[in-house]
Amino acid sequence: MASTLVISLVKYGLLVLLWLFVLAAVRTVRADLFGATAQRRTTASPSATAPRAKPVKPPRASGSRSAARRLVVTEGALAGTSLDLGDTPVTLGRADASTLVLTDDYASSHHARLVPGDGVWLVEDLGSTNGTYLGSTKVTHPTPVPLGQQIRIGKTVLELRR
Amino acid sequence: MTTPVLPEGPTRRGTELLLLAFALGISLVAYTAVGLAADGQVPSGTLGYGAGLGALFLVAHLAVRLLAPYADPLIVPCVALLNGLGLVLIRRLDFADAEQARNAGRAVPSGDAPLQLVWTALGIAAFCLVLLVVRDHTRLARYAYTSGALGVGLLLLPLLPVVGQTVNGARLWVRLGPVQVQPSEAAKVLLMVFFAAYLVSKRDVLSLASRRVAGLDLPRGRDLGPVLLAWGASLSVLVFQRDLGSSLLFFGLFIVMLYVATERTSWLLIGLGLFVGGAFLAWTTFSHVQQRVDIWLHPFDDPGGDGFQLVQSLFGLGTGGLTGTGLGQGSPDNVPFAKTDFILATVGEEMGLVGVMAVLLLFALVVERGLRTALTCRDSFGKLLATGLSFALTLQVFVIVGGVTGLIPLTGVTLPWLSYGGSSVVANWALVALLLRISDAARRPSPAPVTPGVARAALEDAPTTVVRRP
Repeated sequence: MASTLVISLVKYGLLVLLWLFVLAAVRTVRADLFGATAQRRTTASPSATAPRAKPVKPPRASGSRSAARRLVVTEGALAGTSLDLGDTPVTLGRADASTLVLTDDYASSHHARLVPGDGVWLVEDLGSTNGTYLGSTKVTHPTPVPLGQQIRIGKTVLELRR
Repeated sequence: MTTPVLPEGPTRRGTELLLLAFALGISLVAYTAVGLAADGQVPSGTLGYGAGLGALFLVAHLAVRLLAPYADPLIVPCVALLNGLGLVLIRRLDFADAEQARNAGRAVPSGDAPLQLVWTALGIAAFCLVLLVVRDHTRLARYAYTSGALGVGLLLLPLLPVVGQTVNGARLWVRLGPVQVQPSEAAKVLLMVFFAAYLVSKRDVLSLASRRVAGLDLPRGRDLGPVLLAWGASLSVLVFQRDLGSSLLFFGLFIVMLYVATERTSWLLIGLGLFVGGAFLAWTTFSHVQQRVDIWLHPFDDPGGDGFQLVQSLFGLGTGGLTGTGLGQGSPDNVPFAKTDFILATVGEEMGLVGVMAVLLLFALVVERGLRTALTCRDSFGKLLATGLSFALTLQVFVIVGGVTGLIPLTGVTLPWLSYGGSSVVANWALVALLLRISDAARRPSPAPVTPGVARAALEDAPTTVVRRP
């Protein structure tokens, strides 16, 4: 016969284990919220670029302090969406093949794209109907995008963030 | 970067496997606890049970690893733990049933836990199947009306004369050979796909065309059509199938998805108004609704009769106190339907408030990951579907937990994954698969530049060359 001691041990042990599980899960959530970006830069970039023939040197310009890491939608139907930037161009438009598919009646199918330049991201209009605006100026040629500057496409506003 | 390891960074499948192993361990400890309390020794089936459950978890994990490698790492372990705990609780209640039968001199029933394990296996099969068939969730939007029609069809199936079954006063069962299924669970998922696709295509009309009355943006009359339709449908489910829970679930779901799609508070107010109206109408017309409300307001008026179930459930929760009596040492079988609707009363009695809170947090974690998926998802359909799927879980847990604890009138829905019931387990595993599919798309790193715009630009720069046709 198992003693009452063993039974109580199992009873409390089970509750402790349950809570340890919950805490472990919460820790994963926390890593996702705060720790992931740094972790991602070091481990994700090589794997993302692996299929390419030419090996790209890992995290480009880790010295450049102004490197944007995320593209965030601040206004419009997709507000709140964010996209981690790697070192591949990001296309914006209503077409399903775009990296960020805009739900915006004032955007063209292939509206604009963001291209990584030398430590900065360049925005380029792809011949859209309503134009792309960086702040209040219309984008006519590839233009560097400062951090936090508003990119306006139709009713959607995007920003580069670190 | 010298050692080529698994791409652990973005996919986090290793975390998932670790947590799954942890979930399996907890389920096994719980299983052992039940055996220890029942006959004082570690149950002989522990290894077999562990192997079976472990194999199922492993299959789920491998399916995710192969088919949705970037999906969220937390959803599957949390759901697996809930499912494992549910199996243990059902087994514990099987013991109680067997003992009762022995004392009464009846034949010992075979128990429901093995059957639930089979249903879990089917659930995980459904999970893999959904991941395998739905390779891109945006494709689902093309089958909006098909899935809508299928959902409504499934919902109405129990009303058909031959296959429909009335169980405990509610006509929501269908008999298929030897098994009974509850099609409303599958209808829930199908209708959500329809709602999401419909609202994405109509959101502009619904949110832009409005009149401003008394500081509130009221939609146009004709845009109210679908809402009234949803209201009518959920009321008719209530009238003809006498199923309060599903009716509440469907209506709440539609209103919340409408609100999320249009960002108009007026829809919430209109929905709430229609709900209050419908509830009042149902309360004045149907005796079974009146009865439920009476039990909720005055459970102790008739503790041996009408109020028996709720009163026993409240006693159970009270007996459990903070840490519970320990698995296998309470008497949760005093509550009728302890295995299905009232499984939370068992958790509360034997694992106490501490256990109930852990279980509720597990649900909260799944929902949080679902809503986070909706936030990071890049297309509107995925956003809306993920919101709907997560909210469906929230509402279902709220409705049944609120009912069992006496917060709201009791409506019979299952507690997902914990309750005994095949249709619920299978449908909810399928729901999780959809959520993982969206999450996989949301967390996947941006694809290599093969987009038409870029290709065109590259072509413009390229010099003209002569190519030989193959």
